[in-house]
Amino acid sequence: MKTVEEIKAAIETAVPGASIEIVPNASPSGQLSLLLAPNHAVAVAEFLRDDAELALDFLSNATGIDWPDKEITEKVKVMRQVLKTVDGAEKMVEETVDETRKHVQPGYLEVVYHLFSIEKKHGPVVIRMRTTNRTDQVQLPSLTPVWRSAEFQEREIFDLFGIVFTGHPDLRRLLMWDGFKDHPMRRDYVEPDDFEYEPTAHDEVLARSKAHQAAGQEGAGVGL
Amino acid sequence: MLGEGILKGLAETAKNFAGSFVSAERLTTVEYPEQRIAPIEATRVFPFLVYDGPEWEAGLRCVACQICEKECPPKCIYIEKSKDKKPDAVGKQQFYPAKFDIDVSVCMSCQICVEVCPFEAIKMDTEFELSTDDRFGGLLHDRKQLAKSNEYYHHIHPTEAAEVDARLAEEKAKAEAKAKAAAAAPKPAVPAAKPAAKPVEGEA
Amino acid sequence: MTDSLVNASAVDKKLKGWNRPPIIEPDGEAELLEVAMGPHHPSTHGVFRMDVALDGERVVRLKPVFGYLHRNHEKIAEGNSYLASMPYTDRLDYICSLTNNWAYALAVEKLVGQAVPERAEYLRVILGELTRVQNHASAIGFLIQEMGASGTPLMYAFREREKILDLFESLTGSRMMCNYMRFGGCRVDASPAWLDAARKVVAGLPGFVDEFEALLRSNEILMARTQGVGILRPDLAINAGVTGPMLRASGVNYDIRKVDRYGIYDRFEFRVPLGDHGDVFDRFMIRLLEARESIKILEQALKEIPDGPVMDGKAKIRGFRPKAGEAYGRIEAPKGELGFYLISDGGPNPYRYRVRPPSLVNLTILEDMCLGQNVADVVLIFGSVDIVLGEVDR
Ligand code: SF4
Ligand code: SF4
Repeated sequence: MKTVEEIKAAIETAVPGASIEIVPNASPSGQLSLLLAPNHAVAVAEFLRDDAELALDFLSNATGIDWPDKEITEKVKVMRQVLKTVDGAEKMVEETVDETRKHVQPGYLEVVYHLFSIEKKHGPVVIRMRTTNRTDQVQLPSLTPVWRSAEFQEREIFDLFGIVFTGHPDLRRLLMWDGFKDHPMRRDYVEPDDFEYEPTAHDEVLARSKAHQAAGQEGAGVGL
Repeated sequence: MLGEGILKGLAETAKNFAGSFVSAERLTTVEYPEQRIAPIEATRVFPFLVYDGPEWEAGLRCVACQICEKECPPKCIYIEKSKDKKPDAVGKQQFYPAKFDIDVSVCMSCQICVEVCPFEAIKMDTEFELSTDDRFGGLLHDRKQLAKSNEYYHHIHPTEAAEVDARLAEEKAKAEAKAKAAAAAPKPAVPAAKPAAKPVEGEA
Repeated sequence: MTDSLVNASAVDKKLKGWNRPPIIEPDGEAELLEVAMGPHHPSTHGVFRMDVALDGERVVRLKPVFGYLHRNHEKIAEGNSYLASMPYTDRLDYICSLTNNWAYALAVEKLVGQAVPERAEYLRVILGELTRVQNHASAIGFLIQEMGASGTPLMYAFREREKILDLFESLTGSRMMCNYMRFGGCRVDASPAWLDAARKVVAGLPGFVDEFEALLRSNEILMARTQGVGILRPDLAINAGVTGPMLRASGVNYDIRKVDRYGIYDRFEFRVPLGDHGDVFDRFMIRLLEARESIKILEQALKEIPDGPVMDGKAKIRGFRPKAGEAYGRIEAPKGELGFYLISDGGPNPYRYRVRPPSLVNLTILEDMCLGQNVADVVLIFGSVDIVLGEVDR
């Protein structure tokens, strides 16, 4: 099978304007992935499916990942003027000091597709797409028109992660009920306060039970 | 001929029907609870705590290290560590569980607690007739209910228990040898602990 | 049944939108009858609902409704250590806990580059194929049960399954929730007595499959009910990600044991049975034939199994923290491709844990297969997919 670099080159010649980035993977599995820009994704997907050499006719796995905003703390060394007492007199001296800088890396939602070829019996080729942010710009093109097996799996991603697939023929919640709000697989999802009874409560469960009791809810109890 | 396949299938059924009268192999069901099938040695149901000797409270092997509490996937173990220490199986002063509860209505019989316990203190029971009519707490087993003797362990899992005993004896021998070496050495920093029959209170 | 490979490239894949189910117009003025089959329906293998629109007896629309058994297995796994998710995988497809264990262990081993000792690989193959035999036997039993043959074939299948479950119990301690495989091997070794018992059970299996086949295969009622019912085209099957016996019944030669050769499957001689028509009858026959091939593998594995350790010396049980990275591992589970996709951020818990459930993906084409069929056949077509709701809803 072609390497990821060769696939990248093949896509870029076949789909003009498509920009593709190779996402590294440090695990010994060595499964590198291709990050597609959403605007060309469907064209690229069609190429991957129909190309005679790749023939990735089988989309096996489609799933979402949530990458919330990440606060990155860096330690940097900076030269600074510092007031110091040298030989009894106060002086300004140049000195290197440690400074912590914080910046927020914006979060995004990601979808991952694992492609295989039934005709050529090779794979996996991993493709990914990312949304702009996690709140209002969560649209990604649906690959269901290319591979039907994405139909339920994209519905599941929509349900659990809240990614909206444009072009999906039947985008409804799959596992949660229709009136349900929020997306349970997001990292910042807050479970509803439906604590009932837990005889061996400790750690998080105990904290939850206490919060529940503090809120004056019925039916909470720790049987200890 | 139409119906031939059906007749063939019926012949097969007849064979099995008649066969169940002559061969025990084909008679596969028993009338539970009057009749029971022979127990399988490796069977696991819910965990119990092993104790050595005649006294359950004094003999508990568990040292309340709380590893199992942390590793249990559905978090159904609750342990409170004791404030004081008492000697364990090899005579070392150890903490013991002041409280050790397992909610068997949550436990999924996965045996992870047994695997991670470094002290061979928790093992899987084969008792499965545990139904109660109390939804809240009826299936919360405390340490008294959980404590079962080493003899019982030998009775339900003979092979496994023999292996465990051999391993523990080896460890004990090693600990004793070490204690002896420490005692023989000039001015031992810590006096070698003597195996005490009763728990020593307030030695921590 | 032929071993022919469908020429997938000959299929015209260019057609846009060809992979949607056709829209069937009801006859004339006919009023549609909407029926909710399930969630409590004897044919749904658990709690599953199909919203069916009927024109007389004919199905014109069918929408599956999922989620009645949803417990967010993936979220639970993200809050648990790698090892603690192993017993939860048992509860996915609770008929085949050992293959679930295997798939998860395989994915984690890929993630960390963990080797597995030879004896453990053999034990995995033996247990995996025993699982396949008992799954296929009970799947056929359920299918026939749904056709109206209440009891007999299912009880025969269960009688045999019982023997296999006794083997599981005497090795792993549990009949269905085995929790047996570990990253880098298996939890306990099989004693010689266990292997002898397994040999005895396996020696009895061909006789059982023969009996089962004689009982059912040429039964005229079964043929009339299943042949030509619920046909699945190979091109659609591939595009819709259908895997396992379903895919092979449509004539597509794709078995992950042959393609990936994971574990030690390249050492065994076995064939991949393929169907011609892709109807319910083919799916029934494929399962019978696959059970036969599994018995062949079992005989070879039980003969060749070497001595040695069952856990790799470098494998870790406590304090297991893979390096950051990701891996997708998959196996040929009895129901299709079971995959696990794991992302590690270097912590003790997986950052992302995803199960690729064969049962859910195989249901994608349920509507396509049922359209235009009689409502009584829906039960049968659904039964021939062979799903377990624990895996569909996770
Ligand atoms: S068997 Fe499993 S679920 Fe039960 S107490 Fe032990 S670790 Fe917890
Ligand atoms: S049972 Fe074992 S692991 Fe659990 S607290 Fe006691 S000694 Fe520690």
